Amino acid sequence: MRKKIKKTDKRTKLFDKIMLIILGGVIGFLFVFFGGGGGMICVPTLEKALKLDNKHAHATAIAVIFPLSLISSAIYVFKGAIESLPLLTIGLGVVAGGIIGAIALKILPSKLIRIIFSLVMLAGGVRILL
Amino acid sequence: MTIFLQILFGVIAGFFGGMGMGGGTVLIPLLTIFLGFEQQLSQGINLLSFLVMAVVSLLIHTKNGLVVTKNIFWLILGGVIFAVIGSLLATILPSTILKKIFGAFLCVISITEIFKVMMKKKK
Repeated sequence: MRKKIKKTDKRTKLFDKIMLIILGGVIGFLFVFFGGGGGMICVPTLEKALKLDNKHAHATAIAVIFPLSLISSAIYVFKGAIESLPLLTIGLGVVAGGIIGAIALKILPSKLIRIIFSLVMLAGGVRILL
Repeated sequence: MTIFLQILFGVIAGFFGGMGMGGGTVLIPLLTIFLGFEQQLSQGINLLSFLVMAVVSLLIHTKNGLVVTKNIFWLILGGVIFAVIGSLLATILPSTILKKIFGAFLCVISITEIFKVMMKKKK
């Protein structure tokens, strides 16, 4: 009896692992293909698959996306898709904003941020398509 | 003026990125629409600046105890494999086509996100 329980336990664990690898693959592909937006897919995945709350999922998403970003950055650079001057100025801004954002995540209500964020994105998407 | 805008757009994107939302979905359209950057250049810049930003915000989040490391190895494993395929594909495609697909992608995820937040409110 005990053995049986252990076996099914192992099976569900293996299934979970395979599911995680597939989900990671989807996140990885979309993230680097579009050069961003990984958080948008990664956060809900972490919330559902690993049952994390919103704030933990947001922070953990960065840890998941980081190695993917490292690899694809190297490919983008190698393929000659990067110019160094705008990278410097924009990168500087991103770092400054990143620090403010990470601190604000502790303070601001996440629902309001998500709506504002979505509206900004929607505006961008519509503008590009039209 | 352009340099000022570049820094400003970076700050806006970094703010959302620091919250783990993927600041790129904000930064990339800002760069292509207002500064006329090529899609690949915007995406590449976003990927690279994300790296620096991620180190900083990971340090802060870890300090606040918000990073969960359990089980994420498997997500990363699958992610790394497809990240290689995805970036090769993105650098090969023509900029205009990639831009349109990106626009559609933005619309889909933002509408999904708004819908989800609204549904939560009703509960």
